[in-house]
Amino acid sequence: MAKDRTKEIGAFAAAPDDNLIICRCEEITKGEIRSAVHDGMFTLTEIRRYLRTGMGLCQGQTCSRLVKAIVASELGVTPSELEPAASRAPMRPIEMRILARDLGGDQHE
Amino acid sequence: MSNHAEVLIIGAGIIGCATAYYLAKKGISVLVLEGSDSIGDGGSSRNGGGVRQSGRDPRELPIVMYGIRHIWPNLKDELGVDVEYYQEGNLRLGKTEAHLKILEVLTQRSVQCGLDVKMISGVEAREICPYLSDSVLGASWCPTDGHANPLLATLAFYRRARQLGARFITGEKVAEIRKLQGAARQVVTQNNVFEGDRIIVAAGMESRPILNTVGIDVPMTPLLLETLVTEAVEPMFYQMLGTAAADFYGHQSTHGSFVFGTNSGLEPYAKPGKTVSSSVSASAACRGILSYFPVLADLKIIRTWAGWIDSCADHVPVISPVEEVPGLIVACGFTGHGFGIAPPVGMLLSELATGSELTLDLSDLRYDRFKAR
Ligand SMILES: Cc1cc2nc3c(=O)[nH]c(=O)nc-3n(C[C@H](O)[C@H](O)[C@H](O)COP(=O)(O)OP(=O)(O)OC[C@H]3O[C@@H](n4cnc5c(N)ncnc54)[C@H](O)[C@@H]3O)c2cc1C
Repeated sequence: MAKDRTKEIGAFAAAPDDNLIICRCEEITKGEIRSAVHDGMFTLTEIRRYLRTGMGLCQGQTCSRLVKAIVASELGVTPSELEPAASRAPMRPIEMRILARDLGGDQHE
Repeated sequence: MSNHAEVLIIGAGIIGCATAYYLAKKGISVLVLEGSDSIGDGGSSRNGGGVRQSGRDPRELPIVMYGIRHIWPNLKDELGVDVEYYQEGNLRLGKTEAHLKILEVLTQRSVQCGLDVKMISGVEAREICPYLSDSVLGASWCPTDGHANPLLATLAFYRRARQLGARFITGEKVAEIRKLQGAARQVVTQNNVFEGDRIIVAAGMESRPILNTVGIDVPMTPLLLETLVTEAVEPMFYQMLGTAAADFYGHQSTHGSFVFGTNSGLEPYAKPGKTVSSSVSASAACRGILSYFPVLADLKIIRTWAGWIDSCADHVPVISPVEEVPGLIVACGFTGHGFGIAPPVGMLLSELATGSELTLDLSDLRYDRFKAR
């Protein structure tokens, strides 16, 4: 859907719970997320790339719903209007020495 | 809101965003149309972050050298976002005599263009980066090369351009350029028609069908490249790395994670149109990386991704006005090395669009340079 990024969402106003940590892996606060929206980051993908929310060890499994709610409220839309950021392989962190052994085909150890 | 701007830019990758910034800074009205829902969702947010001069074609080398001398070091202050730029040199590694030959050729070509790059021994390479395996026989060393964070650099140009009044519309996929009285004038999307005095096409691979609507073609093919990132560890080294065998490249980031680009050899056969990692590439990359850096064996990979590059017939971009379609400017075909060069390219495109004197000559990168045999 076409979105004009000049959309007026008002100035960033500090709030008492801005220091609350939302993404625990990367230690990103609620205030940082709200402020990023005012910097023009209007999608969860942009927020993630700008702040690293959901880019840590758990890959957003803990905080993605919280981040979504915060961004939606800042933009004045419902959370369901925001597309989730993509999940990517691998499912769990995996050591290079182990991944290096996967030769594909039937050559598995 | 008016659908007219002095300059229309198609594509909000780092090229489009940087150009929008330089134009907005000059007080020019700019409208950027981006097809996907997020800014910079193409190669610009998926690349390996190399800000390299070494190994570049002499036709584009002066542009990136200008950027590294005059733009990258100040970008953080200029844009108000730390783009995590490091200028700690580039090591291109060789493990065999054949590798060293490849590196010597690349090095000599760059030296002729006035770049400070030289061949060093394996011992010297390990003095620069003590984590390197003893199997490294030698390397080329360019001390002024480096890397930056592509996600932040792209969004930082967008953020600053937007603050300066540039208008961005996402989810606005361009279908066609239309001429009025012989000149490029209108841009047609699914929902709208926009008008600009100048139209800059910076849509990566998709530039080709868009340009085709006004009879212009740039010979490019899509190629899927893959990348991975590790967990964060204590700072180890900040050189940019590459290899003569091209089996991997990468660097450690501010965050502490390593970002590595992979090369499985199967890239040209990626499934068309699918921007997803293959099942083989990350493993191939790990084998490559560990053969140069055995100390990283226990480091965990936490994420992999893929991105398309617009591989141009002669491997350098087209950055060019199109005289036969007045008002049209092309910027595509960056062929897997358009990130490091993007800031000076944005500056040059803003000069082309305003008709000001060019800081650097662009005649080697014209759109009509491709000749059949
Ligand atoms: C895995 C990988 C690793 C790389 N590593 C490096 C590196 O280390 N160093 C380096 O310098 N370069 C590197 N590159 C290359 C670099 O990322 C690109 O050259 C650069 O980002 C190109 O920027 P761009 O703005 O031209 O293209 P893109 O970022 O692809 O932007 C084009 C934009 O146009 C939009 N678009 C497409 N069609 C339309 C349409 N019809 N209407 C409107 N908008 C449209 C797209 O959605 C996209 O946002 C790498 C690339 C990849 C994929």
